[in-house]
Amino acid sequence: MSEIKVNTMAEMLAAGETPEILFWVGCSGSFDDRAKKITKAIVRILDHVKIKFAILGMEESCTGDPAKRAGNEFLFQMQAMQNINVLNGYGVKKIVTGCPHCFNTIKNEYPSLGGNYEIVHHTQLVQELIDQGKLTVQGGVFKGKKIVFHDPCYLGRGNDIYEAPREVIKKLDVELAEMKRSRAKGLCCGAGGAQMFKEAEKGTKEVNNERAEEALGLNPDIIAVGCPFCNTMMTDGVKHFNKEDKTKVLDVAELIASANDL
Amino acid sequence: MISSIIFCILFLSGSLFFAINVKKIRRNILLGRDVDLSGNKDSRLKTMMLVAFGQQKMFSKPIPAILHLFLYAAFIITQIELIEIIVDGVSGSHRVFRPSLGGFYTFMVSFIEILSVLAFIGTIAFLSRRNLIKIPRLTQNELNGWPKLDANLILLAELTLICFIFMMNGADEVLYSKRLSHAQNLNDDSLNLSISKHLGPLIFGGLSEQGLHTAERIGWWGHIAMVFGFLNYLPFSKHLHIVLGFPNTYFSNLQKKGKFATLESVTDVVAPNFDPAYVPKTDPNNPQRFGVKDVQDLTWKNLLDAYTCTECGRCTSACPQNITGKKLSPRKIMMDTRDRLEEVGKNIDANKGTFVDDGKSLFDYITKEEIWACNTCNACVQECPVNIDPLAIIMDMRRFLVMEESKAPNELNLMFNNTENNGAPWQFSPSDRANWTKEI
Repeated sequence: MSEIKVNTMAEMLAAGETPEILFWVGCSGSFDDRAKKITKAIVRILDHVKIKFAILGMEESCTGDPAKRAGNEFLFQMQAMQNINVLNGYGVKKIVTGCPHCFNTIKNEYPSLGGNYEIVHHTQLVQELIDQGKLTVQGGVFKGKKIVFHDPCYLGRGNDIYEAPREVIKKLDVELAEMKRSRAKGLCCGAGGAQMFKEAEKGTKEVNNERAEEALGLNPDIIAVGCPFCNTMMTDGVKHFNKEDKTKVLDVAELIASANDL
Repeated sequence: MISSIIFCILFLSGSLFFAINVKKIRRNILLGRDVDLSGNKDSRLKTMMLVAFGQQKMFSKPIPAILHLFLYAAFIITQIELIEIIVDGVSGSHRVFRPSLGGFYTFMVSFIEILSVLAFIGTIAFLSRRNLIKIPRLTQNELNGWPKLDANLILLAELTLICFIFMMNGADEVLYSKRLSHAQNLNDDSLNLSISKHLGPLIFGGLSEQGLHTAERIGWWGHIAMVFGFLNYLPFSKHLHIVLGFPNTYFSNLQKKGKFATLESVTDVVAPNFDPAYVPKTDPNNPQRFGVKDVQDLTWKNLLDAYTCTECGRCTSACPQNITGKKLSPRKIMMDTRDRLEEVGKNIDANKGTFVDDGKSLFDYITKEEIWACNTCNACVQECPVNIDPLAIIMDMRRFLVMEESKAPNELNLMFNNTENNGAPWQFSPSDRANWTKEI
C-alpha cells in the first residue's frame, strides 16, 4: 500500500493547479472511524485511476442535511451558504461524495441557494470509470460470494439511482441477491431524518434490526451499502443477530478497492 | 309526467347539494398557503394519465390492483349509461339511445354488465379483505370507528348499486321478450344484454307482468337513487379520491423526492449575512410563520392531498417506523390533517365566514412523538397510488417545533449545537477533519 498525498483545494490553488474533481468527504467520512475506511477506499480508487482530485480539508463543513431534516432550516441555510461560498470561491465544477445525504443536499438543495455543481455519488463515479475503461474490476477475493445491496434512501428513492451500485457490484463476479424490499421499495436503515442523532421512539423493534434481519435472511457473505450511516446501522443490526463472523457490512467503494488490492 | 317531475327534483336537488359541498371543500383547500404549481403542463398531464388514469402505482400490489381495476373500469364506463338514464328520467323515455345506436348500444350495455359483475366480485373481495381476512393495513388502530364504517358503507353501497342495475336490466329483458317493455321494440326478442339475458329469466321469469314492471322500476329508481346518494355521500367520506385523484396527481411533485422545500422566509434572514446586496423574496409586511402549526400554514396542495387520501394505508405499511411498532403512521397524518381542516371549515361556517381562534392546532391531532419518529425516507410518498406527500407535512411541523418553539428533542439540540460550533453533527474539532489524510 503506497502512501497517497491527499491535496486540499487550498494546496492545489497555491501550486497553481486545478483538480478535475472535488471529493466531498462528509462528516461521517472525516470523523467516524468506520466511515474513514470508506473514505480511504474512495481515495485509493481516485488515486489508482490517476484522477486529479482535492478535498476541502478543514474548509469543509457539514452540508446541513441533518439540521434540515430535523427542521432547523436556519442552521441548514447557514451551513449551505457557508459551503457554497467556499465552493464557489474555488470555482468548483464537479464534486464526488462518499455519502448520499451530502450528495442529495448539494445536488438538490444547494442550487436554489446559489450553489450549482455537477455532482456524483461515489458509486456513480466508479461505474463511470469502469464504463470508460479507466478502471478494471475483477472479483478477486469476492469471486463467487453472495452479496446483497441495501439501497440508501437518499440515493434510491430520493434521487432514483438504483442501478449504479448494482452494476458495480456485478463486476465483481459475485452472486448479487435482492431483498424483497429493494430499489424503490427499499426499507430505510433507520438513520435518516436525523434519527442517527437521537433515540428511537417507543416501539417493538429497532428499524436497523428489522432491515438487518431481512438482509440476513438471504444468508449473504456481504451486505453492501453506499452510505456511511447505513453502514453503521447495518453493522449494528448484524451484531444484534450475532452474525458478524459470517456476514460483513462493506461499502461498494471498499469492495472495489479490496478487489483491486488497493 | 309525475315521474319526470320527481326525477328532475331528485336530479336538481342532488346536484345542488353536491355543488354546495364541493364549494365548501374547495374553500377549505384554498385556506392553504399559495404555491405555484402551474408550470410543466406536459409532465403534469403525463403523470396524471399514468398514475391516476392508468393506475400505474396500484400495480405494485397486483391482487388489490386488479380488484380495484374492476371497480374503477366499471365506474368510468357506467358514466356513459348514466347519460341515458338522465335523458330517460327527464323526458320519460325508455332506453332512448337503443334505436339509434343499435348494435353499439347492445355492446356498450353488455360491456357495462360484464364490468359490473367483475366489480361485484371485486367488492366482495374488498369486504372480505377488510372484515374476514383482516389485512393488517386495513385494520390498524387509526381506522377504528368511523373510517372502518365509512369504508364498509361505500362497499355495501356499491354492491346495492350493482344489484339494482341487474334488477333493472334483468326484469326489462323478460319484459322485452314478452314484448311488454317500454323500450321501443326493434323486431327482436331480446335486448341481448350479456348478463341480464341469462340472469333476467332466471330470477324474474316467474313474475307477473305487473311484478316485472315493478321490479324494473325498483331497479331503475334504486339505481339512480344510489347514484345521487353516493354522489352526496362522497364529500363526507374518504372516497373523494375517485375525483380528486386526478387533480392531485396532476399537481404532483415533479422534482426528485430527496429535494425538500427551501424556505424563502428563512433565506431572507440568512442570505444578507453572506450577500449584503441580497433582495428579499418574501413580503416583509406579511411575515410568514416558520413551518406549520395549523392547516392554514400548509399549502393548498397539502390540503388537496388530505382530501384525496382514501386511507388505503400503503404508506403506513411501507413506513419503517410503523413497521417497527412506532406510533407514526403516514396515513394518520393525512387523516388528521383532513379532520382538523374540516373542523376549521365548520368553525368558519359557524362564524359567518371567518375563522375564530379555537385554541387548537394541528398539534392537537398529530403528536410530537409521531413527528419526531420520521426517517424522511420517502417510502410513504413512493407508495401512495395518488402521489400524496405525508412527509411534507411532517417536515413542516418539525420546522415549526424547532424554529418557532425551540422544542426539538434534546439530542437534536445537541446535534444543532455541534453543527453550528464544529461544522459537524458530532462533537469533533473542525481542525481534526482532515486527520484521516495522514493515515493513508
